[in-house]
Amino acid sequence: MLMKTPPVIEVQDLAIPLPGGGDRGFAVDHVSFSVAAGEIVCVVGESGSGKSVTAQSIMGLLPKVFPKPAGRILFEGRDITSATPAELRDLRGRGIGMIFQEPMTALNPVQAVGKQIDEVLRTHLKLSRKARFDRVIAAMQEVRLPDPERMYHAFPHQLSGGQRQRVLIAAALILGPKLLIADEPTTALDVTTQAQILKQIRDLQRERGMGVLFITHDIGVVREIADRVVVMKAGKVVEHGPVGRVLDAPASDYTRMLIAAVPTLEPKRKDHVVTGDVAIKVDGLAKTYHSGGLFRDRRTVHALQGANLVVRRGETLGIIGESGSGKSTLARCITQLIEPSSGNVTLAAGKDGRAFRQRLQMVFQDPYRSLNPRRTVGQSIIEGPMNFGQGKAEAMGRAKELMQLVGLEPQAIDRFPHQFSGGQRQRISIARALAMEPDILVADEAVSALDVSVQAQVLRLIDDIQKRFDLAILFITHDLRVAAQICDRLIVMHRGMVVEEGTVASVFAAPAHPYTRELLASIPGRAEETIPA
Amino acid sequence: MLSFVAKRLLGLVPVILVVSIVVFLLLRLSPGDPAVVIAGDNADAATIERIRSSLGLDQPLVTQFFIWAGSLLQGDLGISIFSNIPVSDLILQRLEPTASLALTTLVFAIVIAVPLGTIAGATAGSWLDRALMFVSVLGFSVPVFVLGYCLIYVFSLQLRVLPVQGFASIRDGIGPFFSSIALPTVTLGLAYLVLIARITRASVLEMMGEDFIRTARAKGVKERLVVTRHALRNAAIPILTVIGIGVALLISGVVVIETVFNIPGVGRLVVDAILKRDYPVIQGVILMFSGVYVVVNLAIDIGYAFLDPRVRY
Repeated sequence: MLMKTPPVIEVQDLAIPLPGGGDRGFAVDHVSFSVAAGEIVCVVGESGSGKSVTAQSIMGLLPKVFPKPAGRILFEGRDITSATPAELRDLRGRGIGMIFQEPMTALNPVQAVGKQIDEVLRTHLKLSRKARFDRVIAAMQEVRLPDPERMYHAFPHQLSGGQRQRVLIAAALILGPKLLIADEPTTALDVTTQAQILKQIRDLQRERGMGVLFITHDIGVVREIADRVVVMKAGKVVEHGPVGRVLDAPASDYTRMLIAAVPTLEPKRKDHVVTGDVAIKVDGLAKTYHSGGLFRDRRTVHALQGANLVVRRGETLGIIGESGSGKSTLARCITQLIEPSSGNVTLAAGKDGRAFRQRLQMVFQDPYRSLNPRRTVGQSIIEGPMNFGQGKAEAMGRAKELMQLVGLEPQAIDRFPHQFSGGQRQRISIARALAMEPDILVADEAVSALDVSVQAQVLRLIDDIQKRFDLAILFITHDLRVAAQICDRLIVMHRGMVVEEGTVASVFAAPAHPYTRELLASIPGRAEETIPA
Repeated sequence: MLSFVAKRLLGLVPVILVVSIVVFLLLRLSPGDPAVVIAGDNADAATIERIRSSLGLDQPLVTQFFIWAGSLLQGDLGISIFSNIPVSDLILQRLEPTASLALTTLVFAIVIAVPLGTIAGATAGSWLDRALMFVSVLGFSVPVFVLGYCLIYVFSLQLRVLPVQGFASIRDGIGPFFSSIALPTVTLGLAYLVLIARITRASVLEMMGEDFIRTARAKGVKERLVVTRHALRNAAIPILTVIGIGVALLISGVVVIETVFNIPGVGRLVVDAILKRDYPVIQGVILMFSGVYVVVNLAIDIGYAFLDPRVRY
């Protein structure tokens, strides 16, 4: 295809070798694609696909461990792989703006946010202080940050996640770059905030006619925002083309798998009948935090207010909410990791008088940090049972059975957590919880850190063990798609309160609370799906 | 911010009280009787008893403490048992050399250590970084007095560019002052310097891996400014902390250095007082050093709040 003007960015045969000892030769394996002015190109792939490394190499920001890339990167027709460091610096911020995944850590914590936007102007232009201030305020207004004059002097920790990402967008776009590189910019944000930021990126891109290279792992986001899609796997491009063709008529098996792995919003368990006895009952659970003290005004935060719930054996209750909604506080109060201010948690009368910790077990969000890195996975699995008096040989034997049950090699029990992938570690966490033979399992964002294909497998495993052990499961998640796969009933939390409760099908089909409706409307890629009643 | 400073000042009161009780008890409970020392080798029991009661040492401990603390509140540190000169006068006479040495050492160490550590941290693995790490091991392992005598040998005895010992007040002129204080400053400051340099290196290096460094680079900011404006600024808190801890190191070092270089400072005063069990002098000096240490740490606490907007008390 011949074009009159060259694309904003053209990557030709880019190859970046992996620093020694990797499982493959190249982090980015001879990749080519381009972004034209006024178009959004999504690079989509799972972790380790090389999508972020590609984006960083365009900016000349590859970490030092990587050798110099081979191939060519053309910015408006000019090869920038041979640019001097000074030329590259001039390009960054002026020609190419970039925003990142973690708005929490991407801003300097000890510098006022206005100053951080101003730094782009100070670096690239010679303007008076007043002229710079006016431009920063205008840029903050453009990304709809409230009360920009006041917010100019605020520090990052005083802003919400969405506001921080807006500050980064304002800084990236203040000089009107031709290309915006967005590396998973909404992954760390709540779904309603994500919807707002995506809309903003799209609006700004249309107004300015700039090119956007959008890196994401989320097919739903791709559907929302992309004009064209590049699918990457293990450093290679497996497929590229217009969004409609790639998503609706994918040519490669990998793309098909990626799309199929995205959970649908169809409630999987709408025909599942729960007949089990009540396993856990929660009455009026509340948690209030007080801060301040002798010299200071007391501040009271109601993190959780009067939560009631019941879960039966064989039933999964989903607890849905965004950050700050109180869902994790509820989980921690139920699991007695923190002391509730008031209310009761009652377990069904056990026949054998087992301890609370034996009857209720947890699986946490981050499989990288919830296993002790200095102990073998076997030691982690048997620690609980041995605390309650099981002999070591017996506990080890049981641990091996459990490893098999969760789909891992029993011999792998002597390995350390870092020798497993994220999905495998989450399987180990499940085995560790099952070792106590619990009646109730509390899963706190247990699949949120996993790639979609792995996520689907772990969800199947949870479903499977629930049937096998007749578990009552409390499943905490921010992801309504995941909830639709595994939950029988949902409770929706907002600002410390339960605002809605019901079966998955009824909550999805007829949400009663406005917040639930907003949550449902914000699910990326939702327009293309209908929710069956 | 003002109320924060006021609160911190108020918080010093119990600290000073505890310090003074500890200082008081530490000396009374340690063996050795000043009355015996004063009386001399051939004194009989009655003489010793007379001296003891004239010094108030025959009173119960609690009474002794309240007498001592009461006069302390009026700014009276007591009178030296041996020279009969008020302790506060003794300390004032000796304060200038010690304060001069402490200040020059602080400035010397910080001015060299922070830039050096920053460059080493930003260029981790470079020759400069390795050289600094090597020198820092050396700086830590050489005892202060060995280093002091080595420097005296080279600069005073062989090269004959600096005086061997003694102290010249700044009132005698800048030249004599600096030439007299140069060797003590370097000797005392080296360990302090490498300590600050290492901490600076470590915390700058840690900051260089943070996401906001990548953001700054993506804005096109020059590497030098990325390091100073973003990395060093965020690394400041641990650096400030170690400077504060270092003040304690400095205080103990001063005592040795003043002996090595024959400087008539507070350190020498306290060494002499300890040898003679001159309680009021020992208490006065320790109390002064504790006061300095407490005030320095207060200043550092306030510094945290200035450096990091997230710090709130």
